[in-house]
Amino acid sequence: MVMLHMHTDVGAGSRRPSEPEIWAALSEVPDPEMPIVNLVELGIVRAAAWEGDVLAVTITPTFAACPAYEVIGSSIRQRLQAAGVPQVEVRVQHSPAWTTEWMTEAARSKLQAAGLAPPPRHQGDLIQVLMEPVACPRCGSHNTTLQNNFGTTPCRMIYTCVDCKEPFEMFKPL
Amino acid sequence: MERARQYALSGYLIALADDELILGHRDSEWTGHAPILEEDIAFANLALDEIGHAKLWYELGADLLGQDKTTYPDRLVYFREPAQFRNMQLVELPKGDWAFSTLRQYLFDAFEALRLEALSQSSYTPLAEIAARIRTEELYHLRHSQAWVPRLGLGTEESHARMQAALDALWPYAQGLAAPLPGEQDLHAAGIVPSSAALFERWSGEVSQFLVEAGLQVELRSPLADMHRSSHSEHLPALIHDLQSVARLDPEAIW
Repeated sequence: MVMLHMHTDVGAGSRRPSEPEIWAALSEVPDPEMPIVNLVELGIVRAAAWEGDVLAVTITPTFAACPAYEVIGSSIRQRLQAAGVPQVEVRVQHSPAWTTEWMTEAARSKLQAAGLAPPPRHQGDLIQVLMEPVACPRCGSHNTTLQNNFGTTPCRMIYTCVDCKEPFEMFKPL
Repeated sequence: MERARQYALSGYLIALADDELILGHRDSEWTGHAPILEEDIAFANLALDEIGHAKLWYELGADLLGQDKTTYPDRLVYFREPAQFRNMQLVELPKGDWAFSTLRQYLFDAFEALRLEALSQSSYTPLAEIAARIRTEELYHLRHSQAWVPRLGLGTEESHARMQAALDALWPYAQGLAAPLPGEQDLHAAGIVPSSAALFERWSGEVSQFLVEAGLQVELRSPLADMHRSSHSEHLPALIHDLQSVARLDPEAIW
C-alpha cells in the first residue's frame, strides 16, 4: 500500500490553535435551544483531536432525535474556523450514550437561574429519581406536580408549582 | 461478524426501524389534533422520538450492509415500495380515536421496554449500546401511556367504552408481537437478539394484568391469520404514499 503524505502549506505567521484555545473556543458555542449554556458544559463534546490538518470534533447528541444537532455541527465549524482551525470535521457518536450526569454544575446553575429546573442527579437510577419531588426553580417549593412527561423540546418535561402557581419545565434526567 | 450474519442482522434492524418509523408517522398525525394541548405536545414528542430511534436502527443496518449511513436510511424510507416495508400491522393501523392511539402506544411501549432490555445485553456491542440509549428515552413513553390507560379505562362511561373498543380492535394485531423478526432464529441462537416469543409470554402476562386492573376486559381472541411482517393491511400504501410524496417529487433534491 502506498501512503500518500499531503503537505499543506500553512501561511507564514499562522499557527495551529493550542488545545486550551480549541476548548475555549468550543466553550463559546451556545446550545441552540438553550443558549444560556454552552456545548462543553452541557457535556456533548466528547473529543477534539488533530488528524493531519483536520480537527475532528466528536459530539454525542443529548436525545437520539434531537433536531438541533445539525445546527450544533455548523456552529462548531464556524467558531473553530474563526479561531484559526483550517478544517473542521464534526462527527456524531451515539455511544456511550449521553447522560445528564455529564452536565456540569455551572450549566445546572445557569438553567436554574433561567427558570428551567436542572436534571436531578440519578447515578443511573432514573425510575427512582423520577419519584422524588422536584423543586420549583422560582420559589424553591417542593410542592409541585407533574403536568406532562413531554415538553417544548425532547429534553424537557412540564411541572406546575402548587405554591406559586407557575408552570415550569425541567430538563429530563437521562 | 461473518457476512451472512451481518446481512441477517441488518434485515432484523430494518424491520425494527420500520416499526418505529410507521408508529412515529401515526403519532405525528395527532399534531394539531389531540384532544388537549398537553397531549398534542406529548404525541408530537413521541413521533419525533420514534422517528429518531428508527434513524439509529437504519444507520446501524446500513453499517452492517457496508452502505453509507448518511444516505441509505433516506433511500429505505422514501424509495421503497409499501410491500418492502417490514413493520408489523399493529403500527400501521389508522390512528383512530385518541383512546385507540394511546392504547396502541401502551401495548407497543410495554413490549419495546422488554425487547430493549434484552437488546441492551446483546453480544453485539454496537447494538447493545444503541439499545441502551433508546431504552432510557422510551422510559418516558411508557410512563406516559401507562398513566393514561387506567385513567381512561376507569374514567367515565364514555372513556371506558372507547378504551374497551380500542382493546377489542387492537388485541388480535398485538398478537403479532410474538412473531419472529427477519433472521431472528439464527441471531437469537448467536446471543445477538432475544426470542420474540419468549418476550411475548412475559409481555402478555404483565399487560393483561395491567389492563384488567384498568377495568378492561381482555378476551382471548384468535390472532390474525397472517402475522408475517411481509403482509400488510390496506392502510399501509396510503401511509407510505403520504410519507414519500414530497421526496419522490424530486429524488435528487438536497435538504
